[in-house]
Amino acid sequence: MPHLTHLPRYNRFYSNASANSQRMLPNRYKGKLIVVEGIEGSGKRTQISLLAQWLRAQGYAVAFRKWNSSPPVQETIERGIANGSFTPTTFSLIQATDFADRMESYILPLIKAGALVCADGYAYTAFARDVARGAGRQWVRSLYSYALRPSLTLYVRVPLEVAISRLSGNLDESSREVQSRMMDEYEAMAAEMEFHVVDGTLPIEDQQRRIRETVVDCLGEVLRTRVLRSTPRGSQRGGNGISPAAAVL
Amino acid sequence: MVSRQPLQSYSEPLPGLEATALGGTLIVIEGPDAVGRSTQVAQLRRWLEQEGHALLPADSPNRSRSGLAGKGLQDARSSNTLGPVTMTLFHATDFADRLENEIVPALRAGLVVLTDSYVFSIMARALARGEDRKWIEEVAGFALVPHAVYYLRARVGDLVSRVVLGRGSFDYWESGMDLRFGADKYQSFVRYQRRLIQGLDSLAGPYNFTTVDATQPADAIFRELQGHISALPFRSTDRAKAPPAKGAGRRAARQATIE
Repeated sequence: MPHLTHLPRYNRFYSNASANSQRMLPNRYKGKLIVVEGIEGSGKRTQISLLAQWLRAQGYAVAFRKWNSSPPVQETIERGIANGSFTPTTFSLIQATDFADRMESYILPLIKAGALVCADGYAYTAFARDVARGAGRQWVRSLYSYALRPSLTLYVRVPLEVAISRLSGNLDESSREVQSRMMDEYEAMAAEMEFHVVDGTLPIEDQQRRIRETVVDCLGEVLRTRVLRSTPRGSQRGGNGISPAAAVL
Repeated sequence: MVSRQPLQSYSEPLPGLEATALGGTLIVIEGPDAVGRSTQVAQLRRWLEQEGHALLPADSPNRSRSGLAGKGLQDARSSNTLGPVTMTLFHATDFADRLENEIVPALRAGLVVLTDSYVFSIMARALARGEDRKWIEEVAGFALVPHAVYYLRARVGDLVSRVVLGRGSFDYWESGMDLRFGADKYQSFVRYQRRLIQGLDSLAGPYNFTTVDATQPADAIFRELQGHISALPFRSTDRAKAPPAKGAGRRAARQATIE
């Protein structure tokens, strides 16, 4: 038989797809995926970095880094931008290609290995960005329907003016317009995609404390029982896994 | 006589495109690898031009390099590091670029576009590689519905003898060797092309392919395609600048019944 087991079988999933508005694949592997979303200047990267450090300190095998694009995809993106040859359709497709490469090359193998993958932006970034740039909402979602559904999605919400002031305030009119439309898209999908909303105007430490509490509430059990650890279970101070008490900065 | 429907996308309208304003004619030739598509397309082009139709110029050897994703795809093929979903989306990017920047402008100008690589090739490849049908159909939904799709259908055995007698060796990608469908290129070619044919067969009904028996001699296939294409409701605009050719009166009469 050919080796076609590298990705989950889709058909099984689609058989009850109507019940699932997210239309991404459920994650049946040991590893888990935590995603942070938000517009530019929301502070999401700071929050996911702090979370990844903390989870690593708890003894979990955390994968959090910027994965490079494959050279052929990267060069195509650069050429398209330099030549101004992207349309909303080709822009969405090349971004989806880039994402698929990360999914197939990094995220899926890591999740299968049992890692706790933390991602700064995921398919939802494309849902917001590509629609803001003129692509069809359902079509963009269909481009990502093979992706693994995150176990937890954090959405760092900040008013547009706050985000722009953090970006040194000099966003040109069209970038501002794109950020504004992206924000509308994020807000519109928050309930559908089961985002856990974080108030990004709070002090960084307060946001992080709430995020850790959310992780413990939502994932405490699977973290204890499923996810790969970098150190043997029980060897840490404070016993195995996180307790709510640990969820304090 | 066939009534002419305005061009439209399958499920996802291309942003900013008024598809009904496209006056040209889109004709697609499909089939498995080594079935003889390019030979037929070259002959059909000559014939259509002699008939006085204005065609989108044939792909120059360098065309794929000048497109948005052509060079990247070549690199990806030679390095073979990208996964199958990634490759499908990369091919779809390349196709979308060609559709929006080459095919649509030609159709807008009223030309006849005759192509042997359309979205169905990408879909069939994805199906042969075990990807989900609903997914690939949604992804490909931006493609324009052609006025006609002719499917050159053959059995794997016919393809094998064509490869042996023609090129004399099995191509790495046409054999699906990146996914190792078999122990060697021959075995892999047979299994992969069989799945590709199954994929095309499954698209034939839903996407309105006209199936042509490609096990016939090449000139018989050509005559059959000629017969089908002659019956298509071309618009007059694609011939506006061409000199009158033999039989122009008959064609004018045919057009009168179409329009």
